Formats: sequence, C-alpha cells, structure tokens
Amino acid sequence: MSVQAVSGTSNVAAAILPRRGGLAGSFSDLLWRKPGLLLFLMLAPPLLWLGVVYIGSLIALLAQSFFSIDEFSGLISRELTLKTYGDLLQAVNLDIIVRTVTMAAVVTLASAIIAFPIAYYAARYARGTWKALFYLGVMLPLWSSYLVKIYAWKLILAKEGILTWLFAKLHLSWLLDSWLSLPVIGGNSLSVSFTGTFIVFVYVWLPFMILPIQAALERVPGNLVEASSDLGASPRQTFRNVLFPLALPGIVAGSIFTFSLTLGDYIIPQIIGTSRLFIGQAVYAQQGTAGNIPLAAAFTVVPVVIMGFYLWGAKRMGAFDAL
Amino acid sequence: MTPAVAFQKTSRHFGAVRAVDAVDLEIKPGEFFAMLGPSGSGKTTCLRLIAGFEQPTSGSISIFGERAEGVPPYRRNVNTVFQDYALFPHLNVLDNVAYGLMVKGVGKDERHRAAEDALKLVQLPGYGGRKPSQLSGGQRQRVALARALVNKPKVLLLDEPLGALDLKLRESMQEELKQLQKALGITFVFVTHDQGEALSMADRVAVFNDGRIMQVGAPEEIYQRPASRFVADFVGSSNVLPPDFVQRYAGQHRWGSLRPEQIRVRSDTSGDGVAARVVSRHYLGAATKLSLDANGLRLHATLPSGTAVPEDGAHVMLTFNRDQLHLMEEQA
Repeated sequence: MSVQAVSGTSNVAAAILPRRGGLAGSFSDLLWRKPGLLLFLMLAPPLLWLGVVYIGSLIALLAQSFFSIDEFSGLISRELTLKTYGDLLQAVNLDIIVRTVTMAAVVTLASAIIAFPIAYYAARYARGTWKALFYLGVMLPLWSSYLVKIYAWKLILAKEGILTWLFAKLHLSWLLDSWLSLPVIGGNSLSVSFTGTFIVFVYVWLPFMILPIQAALERVPGNLVEASSDLGASPRQTFRNVLFPLALPGIVAGSIFTFSLTLGDYIIPQIIGTSRLFIGQAVYAQQGTAGNIPLAAAFTVVPVVIMGFYLWGAKRMGAFDAL
Repeated sequence: MTPAVAFQKTSRHFGAVRAVDAVDLEIKPGEFFAMLGPSGSGKTTCLRLIAGFEQPTSGSISIFGERAEGVPPYRRNVNTVFQDYALFPHLNVLDNVAYGLMVKGVGKDERHRAAEDALKLVQLPGYGGRKPSQLSGGQRQRVALARALVNKPKVLLLDEPLGALDLKLRESMQEELKQLQKALGITFVFVTHDQGEALSMADRVAVFNDGRIMQVGAPEEIYQRPASRFVADFVGSSNVLPPDFVQRYAGQHRWGSLRPEQIRVRSDTSGDGVAARVVSRHYLGAATKLSLDANGLRLHATLPSGTAVPEDGAHVMLTFNRDQLHLMEEQA
C-alpha cells in the first residue's frame, strides 16, 4: 500500500524541476555551474581591501623609509637613500630596538609559561560551566577599554597602591624594595619601572597566548597522554615528548601575537615604566613632534623585519608541521 | 603458580555507576585471555585497571604477585594496544615504536635497532620513516602492536584492537595475533564485544555484564555450557528455553539453552517433535538461518548448506537430542 503511495507521487512530479526565482534563479544556477566565479565574487572585495589599503600603505611606508630629511630645512627629500637607515643604527636608536625586542621576548616567554597551565586545564579538565567560566575569565578583560585597564594598573602598581600596601601587610616590603633597587628593572616604584611595564604587557596580552594554546591542546587526543604514560614515560617526559611538541603550533601562534603586539605598542610603556623609549614611542615621537617621517618609517620597518625572521625561524623549527 | 593478573573483590565506581563491581579474576601467565561483553559491561574498565589508568575504588589488583594499587601506569611493566591505536602524530613510525625505549634511556642506535626488529615482527619492515598519517588502518594497528611489544611487557593489553578493521583484515590479524602470542609467550588480555573473536582466539574467556563477570572458562565451555541466560544469549545467540518448555522435554523446571545448529528441522509434521512455523529465512552462505515460531516461542535453527530449506510460513517439526539441551545453573 505504501509502495503504491510513493510511486503515485513520483508519477506526478517531474524528474527535473523547473527553474525557480527568475533572474536570481538563473544566477544561482550559473554560480553552481562555475564555482570559480562564486569564489571570485566572494574574494574580490577583501582582496581589494588587503591589496590596496593594507599592503599599499605598507609599501608606502617602506618607500618613506628610503627618503631622508634635510636637517636644516626639515623638509623631506624624496630621493632614495640609505641615510635614514644609517641614522637608525645610531647607538641611541639601537638601544631602543634592543630594549623593545628584549621586552617582547621576555613578555612572550612569561606569557607562555603562565598561559600553558591555564590552557591545559581548560582543554583537558574544564567541562560545562567551568569551561564557560574559563572563556569568560579569559575574554572579559578584552571587553573593557585597554586604556582603562592600563590606568587601573598604574594605580595598582603606584607607590601608594595596593601592591605596596599588600607587601607591607605581609612584612615583605624589604623584598619589594630590594627588587626595585635592582639596576635596569628597578625604579622608584613598580609603576615607573620596567618590571611594571612587563607586568602590564603580560596582563594585557595573556588572552592572546592562552586561546591558541588551548585550541592546540584541545586537538591532542587524551589517549596520546595515556599511551605515553603506558609506554613508561613519567609526566615530565610526557610533557616534553608529547604535549609540548603537539602544543607548539599553538604556543608559536600565541607568541606571534604577544611578540608583535609588544614590539608595536606605544601606550603601555608611555603610561607605565621609565622615560626610556620603546619602538612604538620612537615612531610616535619621530612622526609627531620631531616631524622626521622617514626615520619613523624606518623604525616601523624594524618590527616587520623582526617578525619576518621570527616566522621564518618558527617554520624552520617545524612549528607549523603539526597543524 | 603466581597469576599474571589477579583481581580480588575489585570495584571501580564512578559516582553511582558501578563500572566494575566486586570482580574476582585470575589470569594465568602466558595465557591468551579474552574479556567479552556488550559495551558498558565493565570489560574496558577492567583493562584500564590493569594498565593503571584507573584506580580501584575498593579491592586489590596484583600483577605477577605484586600489588598494583596506586602504582602509576609508567611504573607498570604492562603495555596497551589502544582501540584507535593512539600513535604519536608528530613522530615517525620508527620513533613511535622506539618511544618506550627512548623514555627508559636506551641509546639511539640500540633502540632504533630494536624498533626495526619489532617492525619486522609485525611484518612492516622498512616502514620506519613514514608518519602514522601515511599508513592504512591495518598498518597503524601493527605499529601500535610493535610499539607495545618492543618493551617486552609482562602483560599485553589489547583494547578492541581489531574493531576498526574490515572483516578480511580482521580475520588475518586474529590469526597473526594468536601466532604472535604463542611465539612470544607473553600474557595477552584482549577486550572485545565480538563473541566470534573471543571464542576463536582466546584460551579462556570471561563474559562481562553490568560490571560483573558472568562466567569464566574455555571457549568450548562457554559456548556449550553457558552458566546463565545472559551468557547463552550473548555468546553465539543460543536459543534460551523457558523452564516450562524444558520441563516438558528434560523433566526439570529450569532454564535451558539449545544451539541453533543442534535443532533439526523436518518438513514431515507427523511423529514426535516440536511443531513450529517458519517465520523468515536468512541465507548466510555456508548455512541458512531459520526464524521459527513454536507456539509463541521464538527459536532459531541453522541448516547447513545443501539441505532442503522449508518455505516461509511452512509448518515443520523440530527435533533435537535431549542431552544437547543444556540446563543452566540459574534456578527458575
């Protein structure tokens, strides 16, 4: 009986359905026949944006760095020269570069060390509500203004701030004082020391390290950890031989964020830290008050080149193989 | 003789769920032991208790006479072949196989030589340079086996190792595993839900249900003399006969079991026997399986190929040898 019903409807319906929707319908059919056209239509706007606005301005920037400034008139001479790069290699400017790269490296390392256990917990153990709380906890700081957070940190780290008070309450003022009396990383208070700059950098960029590591660990099947243990590896060996290599793409992805963001940032070191400049601040000063656009451009090229080498090195290390 | 693995009143509870419930078990050294049961019956948890991935809630576990509660997996000389193989994706086959030796501090040349030998043992010589992703399912399975065997474990645990392979490959691997076990003399503990696999490979079989062991014994014993309705039904889909039926033919008011191949089907409905009607027929190649309705009791019979098969709906007479009707322990 049911067989009859089915064959009954198939007699009524045609084998090929008529085209629907007029012009839009023909267009759909065309896109279905030529998937390349659909791809082109989807990619054209973003490619134009990327090509013209983004890459274009980068090239303009690169070109600027090969111009030079006439020191007497302050006018920009549009002749291609390496003079500006010569200026960039002066001791005072090299100082800025070394300081920034060191800070970026230390911030990246610290972020990775702090982020790994958090990401590991979230990927392996957190379920349901705890997982939601993890995402909320990691993302929540990103929802509020970056400036507000930095000024909040300035108050926390200030000499009259809660940290100094806490150290005093714990009778650990001597520890804080001896730390602050150290050369380079010390200072009058945490908020005017490189230690303070470092703490705030780590705080601000930490989510960008946690999330990629968590995503990488999430993809590591739990039974690989069991297999390693089963084959006689202590937890330490399992971390070194299984977890770390498999999480490495995530760590590298995170470090690209933390490293490049620290290289380019000019707000944090301006508000928290010493008066010594970072690359971002140097760019800001050169293109603003000093009016030396070519030197500002040359400074901007530095992080781009460093990141280029960084990615090349990461690729050589095989960090992208396990992706 | 010290048992290879001994469970004494061992339980593993997850909250209210009794995954393994007061299990007593002794596995002999050098034995091919199968744990058979439906999913969720506790057999895999038992395996994980031996491997050390789970700790017993109560009771004890000893491996070759040594107490194993609280001992982490990496301090047990026991290796596992995982259900989905768990090969390390970032290492090539040789380093996968050599992993256990590497973490024990064996030098590179020596462990690579041992790994090569292990790969030869599982008939994958020269595959060392490949990544696990470049292997087929059957090859991965062999690599997983080599990776476990290279450590010369006291007990090898296999968690449904053939589950993901196709039928043909599974049959050849069954044979190979059996031969390997004989040649190496290592105790194999094999978890499966496939009764055919358990019966054909194991020296002894434990049938699990609801976290308990229903019966332990040699395959013939389990098959021919099931201890309970569950075992009769799960192992080889025996005909489970209710006490009233058994009373009529064997004179005892107890549950009985009768293998499908032990039932003879006669088209001539005169004479003694159980009258039945053919409900459906399933052609299996070597035999034809009949579903029969004997006055409300559903029975199965298998007829060897070449005998006359009655039509659907035909009335037939069933006969069987009275002593082949096995009475089960369970009192009705």
